[in-house]
Amino acid sequence: MKTENQKAWFFVLPVLFLVAFNALVPMMTVVNYSVQETFGDNLFFWQGLDWFEQILRSDRFHAALGRQFLFTFMILIIEVPLGIIIALSMPRKGPWVPVCLVLMALPMLIPWNVVGAMWNIFTLPKIGLLGYLMNDTLGITYDMTQDPLAAWITIIVMDVWHWTSLVVLLSYAGLVSIPDAYYQAAKIDGASPWGVFRYIQLPKMKTVLTIAILLRFMDSFNIYTEPFVLTGGGPGNSTTLLSIDLVKIALGQFDLGPAAAMSLIYFAITLLVSWVFYTLMTKDDAK
Amino acid sequence: MARITLSNLRHSYYRNPKGPDDFALKEIDVTWEDGGAYALLGPSGCGKSTLLNIISGLLTPSEGRVLFDDKDVTNLPPDQRNIAQVFQFPVIYDTMTVYDNLAFPLKNRGVGASQIDSRVQAIAEMLDVTDMLSTRAAHLSPDNKQKISMGRGLVRDDVNVVMFDEPLTVIDPHLKWKLRSKLKELHQRVRATMIYVTHDQTEALTFADQVVVMQEGEVVQIGTPIELFDRPAHTFVGHFIGSPGMNILAGELKDGGAFLNGHNVALEGPVSGTDGAIEIGVRPEFVEFGPGGLPARVTNIADVGRHNVVEARIGDIPIKAKIEGDIPEVGSEVGVILKQDQTRAYRGGWLATEAQS
Repeated sequence: MKTENQKAWFFVLPVLFLVAFNALVPMMTVVNYSVQETFGDNLFFWQGLDWFEQILRSDRFHAALGRQFLFTFMILIIEVPLGIIIALSMPRKGPWVPVCLVLMALPMLIPWNVVGAMWNIFTLPKIGLLGYLMNDTLGITYDMTQDPLAAWITIIVMDVWHWTSLVVLLSYAGLVSIPDAYYQAAKIDGASPWGVFRYIQLPKMKTVLTIAILLRFMDSFNIYTEPFVLTGGGPGNSTTLLSIDLVKIALGQFDLGPAAAMSLIYFAITLLVSWVFYTLMTKDDAK
Repeated sequence: MARITLSNLRHSYYRNPKGPDDFALKEIDVTWEDGGAYALLGPSGCGKSTLLNIISGLLTPSEGRVLFDDKDVTNLPPDQRNIAQVFQFPVIYDTMTVYDNLAFPLKNRGVGASQIDSRVQAIAEMLDVTDMLSTRAAHLSPDNKQKISMGRGLVRDDVNVVMFDEPLTVIDPHLKWKLRSKLKELHQRVRATMIYVTHDQTEALTFADQVVVMQEGEVVQIGTPIELFDRPAHTFVGHFIGSPGMNILAGELKDGGAFLNGHNVALEGPVSGTDGAIEIGVRPEFVEFGPGGLPARVTNIADVGRHNVVEARIGDIPIKAKIEGDIPEVGSEVGVILKQDQTRAYRGGWLATEAQS
C-alpha cells in the first residue's frame, strides 16, 4: 500500500506565505475597499455592491474599456504577424544569428518610462526628430499632443517598436527547433512556400505563439507607464486607457471604493480573456 | 522507376577543397538497377547520408553526375526528380489527418480528387493503416508515424526511387522487426528501386539484395550479403559485418608463406605482391580449438546464448572464436586452428589472396 507523505506540506509552506503576502493579502485589501466608502480617518461605511454597479453602468468606464480593447487589438494584429515575418526572415545559422538576436532584444531592455520619454521627445513637433521631419520637412501636420489620431498612431507605433521583439524571439525559438528533415520532406512532397508555412512552421510555432499572444495580451491590456509618460492620456481623454483611468480615479480623485471595484472588474476581464484564449488554443492538444 | 547511375561523383562541404581529406565523398561510381533493393551500410560520418542527399537532390555534388535512366538530374531540385525519402525521425504534418498526409504529395502535384482517393486507399491498405485514415497524424505512435512517412513516398506511382535514411532509429525494438518485414513486402509489391541507409548490419543484410559498404567517403565493397560475409574485400568490411567481426591479425609474408607470431599459417590461396607486413583475416566462425593448432592461451569467455565467444592470445595477438559445444577453460593452453579456405591475407586493408576454386 502507498503511504501518504504529509511532510510534503512543509515544503509548500514558504511558497504559500510568499503568495499570501505578495498577492492574496493585497488583493483582499482591494476587495475590502471595493465594498465600503471611506472619507478618511479610517472611517468605513458598508456599501455592498454599489461601486460595482456604478462602475459597470458608467459611460466613462465603457469608454476606457473600449479604448483598451481597441489598443490591445491593434497592437496584437500588428505585432503578431510582423513578429512572425521578422522571425521567418532571420537567419537560422551563421554569424548573423547573435547579431539579430541582440538587435531584437534591445528595445525590451529599455525601462518602460524611458521608452515613453524617448518617444515623447522623438515625436514632439519642433524639437523632436520625427516631429520636425513630419511637420517642417515633409509638411504633414503631425502633433500627438493636439490630434487624437496622431496620439493613437504614436502609442501603437511605440508599443510595436517596444514589444514586437518578444513575438519575434519566441517565434524564432519555435522555428529553429524544427528539424531540417521537415523542410526536406516538404521539398520532396512538392509543398509550396505557403504550404511549408501552413503545415510545418505554423503548427510547430503554435505553442510559443500561444504564449507570445497571451503575454502580449496581458501586458498590453495592463499597459500604463509608456502611454502615461507619452500622452498622459490625452489629448482630452482620447488615449486614457483603463489603467490610466484607474489611477486617475484612485489617486487623482481619491475615490478608493470605486477604484477598488474597477480594479477587480479589470482583473476579472484580463483573467477571463486569457483563460478563454488559452483554453481555445490548447483544446486540440488535449484530445 | 529508374536505373540510377552515379558517375565519378565527389562531394566536399568546403568551397575550395584542398586535399582528399576535405571530401566527404571520394570518387563514387555505382549503378543501381531498376527495381532493386539496395542498402548503404557504414558507420556514422562515412558519407552515406551525403550520398543519399545527392541522389535526392537536397545537395548538389561538387563533381560528377547523377543519372536516372539516361537523364542527367544532377542539377534538378528534389521535387522534379520524382523521388521519395523517409527520414530518421518520422516527418508527418501534425495538423493533418492520416488521409491528408498521404494525399499531400498528390495534391501538390495537382492530381484529381478521385485518383488521389484511390491511391491513398490502396497505400493505406498496403500499410495496414486504413482504420486510422481519419485520425490526426499527431496522435499516432512512432512506428505508425514512420509508416505514414513511407506511405507519402509510395503514394505517387511515378516515383523513381524511395530512399530510407536510417528509418528505424526511433522505433521500439520489437516493432523494428515488424516494420522491416513490412518494408520488404512493400518492395516486392511496388517494385520501386529502394535505397536503405543504415549503420545497422542486420537491417542492411535483411533488407537489401545488394549492400554497398562505405567508409570515410569511399565505397569499399558492393555485394550480396553472403559475398560480404564470405569474402570481405577490405578488412573494414570484415570487421564491420559480423558479430563479432572478422579477426584481423598482424602477420608477415615471408618466402611465399604467411606467418603469424612466427608460425606458418595456410591461406586460401596465393598472395599477390612482395614479402612484408600483411594482415591475416579469418572470421570467428572459422576458428576452432584442437590439437596441432597454433599455441594460444584462453583469456576470456562470453556466453552470448546459442554459442560462446572465446577470446584467446597467440603470443600477443588476440583472436576470437565462435564455439558451439565444448569450450576450453579460461587460462588453459589451446591449439588454434584456422579453417584454411576461410583464411585470407590483406595488404593495406585490401584483400590480397586469390580464392582457389
